[in-house]
Amino acid sequence: MSKEKFDYFINGEKGKYEVVIGLEVHAQVLSNSKLFSGSSTKFGADPNKQVSLIDSAFPGMLPVINEECVKQAIRTGLGLNAKINNYSVFDRKNYFYADLPQGYQISQYKNPIVGEGKVLLDMPYGSKEIGIERLHLEQDAGKSIHDMDPSNTYVDLNRSGIALMEIVSKPHLRSPDEVNAYIKKLRTIMRYLGTCDGNMQEGSLRADVNVSVRKVGDKNFGTRCEIKNVNSIKFMQMAIEYEANRQVELLEDGKEIDQETRLFDTKKNETRSMRSKEDAHDYRYFPDPDLLPLKLEQKLIDDLKKSLPELPDNKKERFIKEYGLNSYEANVLVSEKEISDYYEEVAKLSDKKLAATWMMGDLFAMLNDKGLNISNSPISAKNFAELVQSIKSGEISGRIAKDVFEIMVESGDNPKKIIESKGMKQQSDPKELEKMINEILLKNKDKVDQYKAGKEKLFGFFVGEVMKLSSGKANPQLTNEILKKILKG
Amino acid sequence: MSNITNQSLSEILESINSKKISSLELTQAYIKNIENAKKLNAFVTTTFDQALENAKKFDNKPNNDQLLSGIPLAVKDLFCTENVKTTAGSNILNNFVPSYESTVTKNLWNNGAFLLGKLNCDEFAMGSSNETSFFGNVINPVGDHLVPGGSSGGSSSALAADLTPATIGTDTGGSIRQPASFTGTVGLKPTYGLCSRWGIVAFASSLDQAGPMTKTVNDCSIMLEAMSGFDEKDSTSINKKKESYSKNLKDNIKGLKIGIPKEYRVDNMPKEIDELWEKGKKILKDLGAQLIDISLPHTKYALPTYYIVAPAEASSNLARYDGVRYGYRSQKGKDLIEMYENTRSEGFGDEVKRRILIGTYVLSSGYYDAYYLKAQKVRQLIKKDFDDSFTKVDAILTPSTPSSAFKIGEKTNDPVSMYLNDIFTVPVNLAGLPALSLPAGLDKQGYPLGLQLIGKALDEQKILNIGYAFEKNCGYKNEIKKWWS
Repeated sequence: MSKEKFDYFINGEKGKYEVVIGLEVHAQVLSNSKLFSGSSTKFGADPNKQVSLIDSAFPGMLPVINEECVKQAIRTGLGLNAKINNYSVFDRKNYFYADLPQGYQISQYKNPIVGEGKVLLDMPYGSKEIGIERLHLEQDAGKSIHDMDPSNTYVDLNRSGIALMEIVSKPHLRSPDEVNAYIKKLRTIMRYLGTCDGNMQEGSLRADVNVSVRKVGDKNFGTRCEIKNVNSIKFMQMAIEYEANRQVELLEDGKEIDQETRLFDTKKNETRSMRSKEDAHDYRYFPDPDLLPLKLEQKLIDDLKKSLPELPDNKKERFIKEYGLNSYEANVLVSEKEISDYYEEVAKLSDKKLAATWMMGDLFAMLNDKGLNISNSPISAKNFAELVQSIKSGEISGRIAKDVFEIMVESGDNPKKIIESKGMKQQSDPKELEKMINEILLKNKDKVDQYKAGKEKLFGFFVGEVMKLSSGKANPQLTNEILKKILKG
Repeated sequence: MSNITNQSLSEILESINSKKISSLELTQAYIKNIENAKKLNAFVTTTFDQALENAKKFDNKPNNDQLLSGIPLAVKDLFCTENVKTTAGSNILNNFVPSYESTVTKNLWNNGAFLLGKLNCDEFAMGSSNETSFFGNVINPVGDHLVPGGSSGGSSSALAADLTPATIGTDTGGSIRQPASFTGTVGLKPTYGLCSRWGIVAFASSLDQAGPMTKTVNDCSIMLEAMSGFDEKDSTSINKKKESYSKNLKDNIKGLKIGIPKEYRVDNMPKEIDELWEKGKKILKDLGAQLIDISLPHTKYALPTYYIVAPAEASSNLARYDGVRYGYRSQKGKDLIEMYENTRSEGFGDEVKRRILIGTYVLSSGYYDAYYLKAQKVRQLIKKDFDDSFTKVDAILTPSTPSSAFKIGEKTNDPVSMYLNDIFTVPVNLAGLPALSLPAGLDKQGYPLGLQLIGKALDEQKILNIGYAFEKNCGYKNEIKKWWS
């Protein structure tokens, strides 16, 4: 497909504008305990039930790095084809807020744990590489709750101190669609790695979106605005669309764009200025003296590299090669690790191509309909493989298969059993079919004459009647063949 | 044993272990002393009932295999003590009762000691005279008009006045050694990382180090042994085998090389300090040590470097005192920002505010490179000076302070002259080295003066040995008249 068809430009009177987007994704590290304390990270606990003396910054408390979080960051870095830095430093980012107990966030500023990397996006116009600038570890803040009391703000520190990975992209994204693909790809990679659950509803994945516009062909970037803390792909896309158009309008009016931080109002679908560059916080970053620089042994990195699971890009290639899938099918089937596992189990026991078609068609539609994931599918991979095989062997027709599928969803039963007990097996005995065809033709002599006189459209009518007579069980291919032969003769 | 409290910790331990005196009697004797010494204002909190309880417990079931069997101890109010108010000398923590015990104090209790009370100190350990405390200044038992030094001024005063057999302080830029020097007691700042910082109210994390304050060098080695040790809860704690400092204490220092740095002089330094230094050199030489002239060329940058690094870290460390979760909260203010402003304005004293402002300034964008970053580079040079010297010498001898104890109020309006008092102690903190302040003589007013022995990192045993030999041959005797009781 041609790239032009998908170009995302904004047309102004003075020219065509290109949108330049960079993302800072905050991904919550999957770990049992927080980045610098032993408190649990489980989502959904009662307020302030998962808070240690360290998370609430009591006097004399000291942070101790959680090794598992470091490993998770390294794994993620490796999954992003990035350089892992053997030396990194934790810094303090100083600012006051009620849900930031220490008065500073421990983050990494000049020396992040992960350096440059890249992510491949599969776009309709081919694959596109998005550069990763860096990944660093930092603490999450707590949560201020403003709507529980008319005059007081409440603070929940359960989230305070949970490890986040901030993944900063280069400004390589050019459209809301690419942003969608990028976030999904990051999410997929991290879920494969088991380093982030990617659950956007629970806030495990959020992003700050940097947007600027420039005339198509311009080499220099425009002034960018940062839209803070957007927590769904849909909102990111809406925010980008609004923000890019706002900036184009300003430029068209001959005005300048202020570099500023903006908030996306999901109710009004617009971005609003939060603070200008002049009001920007001076975070007074400096190395945290409570923590030594993080020095990583190359062996640790090498060992983690060896233990990485197969990642989506590699799996996709293998699916194409091993299972004869096309790029689109392979893409869909590797998009979630659980889906790819399910597919591989089915493909081992049945026709690989047909399995892909049926998974992406009926199975996904049903799951979507019922709001289920592949991991809690009412149809097991083994049963689904048997269904595919029954179709492939001609035991049942595609149409009957849909009925069997329905029953499988309801009962969870094995398809063989369903076909057997409900007598749904396809009629493939030529003699039986001939008998039925003759019966139909005899009943519809006038139409046979019309057919023979040249009204060939009626062939479909005869097939339909045979199907009706056989309650849909007649083998369609055989029926066609025999019908043709008889009508000719 | 009416004068048991006059004795050194090791002598008292002997009496306890030989059952010449019970822990209860000992504790009662100190309580009596403390009650008679309210004028000194050395205590912020006393825990007499708890101490008597613990003493009885010990006497009922004495365990004499411990380093500090049955010993009551008062500690600087910077160490968090479980269920006992811990103020750091500040209004902002004046109602703060920790639910946890600092590692260092826990180590003391695990060695048989128990808490007698919490000692006054400069607010957040920021000061050199114990005049910045929210709970009032502490008086030096040497004279009713004298400061006891700071920030561990309550500790030095209580120790010199026999209100505790030994004590612990913290030393960020001299806060153990300078008050020890001002009161004629022994104070050790250990190697950075030897004693855990966990549970100590932080001032400047890369410099803070807890250490013992005692009447003798032997006492000092006992206390260090009890309080030190690796702690996995402190990422900067050094993981090494525990040493038996007291068992290994030796007074033979023959052949040791003692460095004499030419830079440890200041303008208008009293002649007595020079004379004291000469006296110290002679004693060590007579004991068979070899004196070697050395140079620590970056010494003159130590004080300005310290007054960038320490306030920078402090400005961030003290951000947590915001009135939100614990401690003092102002009732004034209509929103969060005003609550912060009022809480911190009312909760902190002037010196703390001054340092928060300096620290905030030197970390600000546009100034960071010129101040903080530059200071970190100079800090490396200062450290390198010492590293280079220690290839030639075993230890370094300097005066502890450029003067004896000054008068209360004398320097309160002149922060720079106050800061200058730390000029000989600060380089050691920047380099993370151990240093021992020893009482060495009196000035012409009869006020104590101290000499400082600086060692290689983790070479505490060697400076304790030199100090031990020095002490035996110095003939210093602390004769403080108990004018307050």
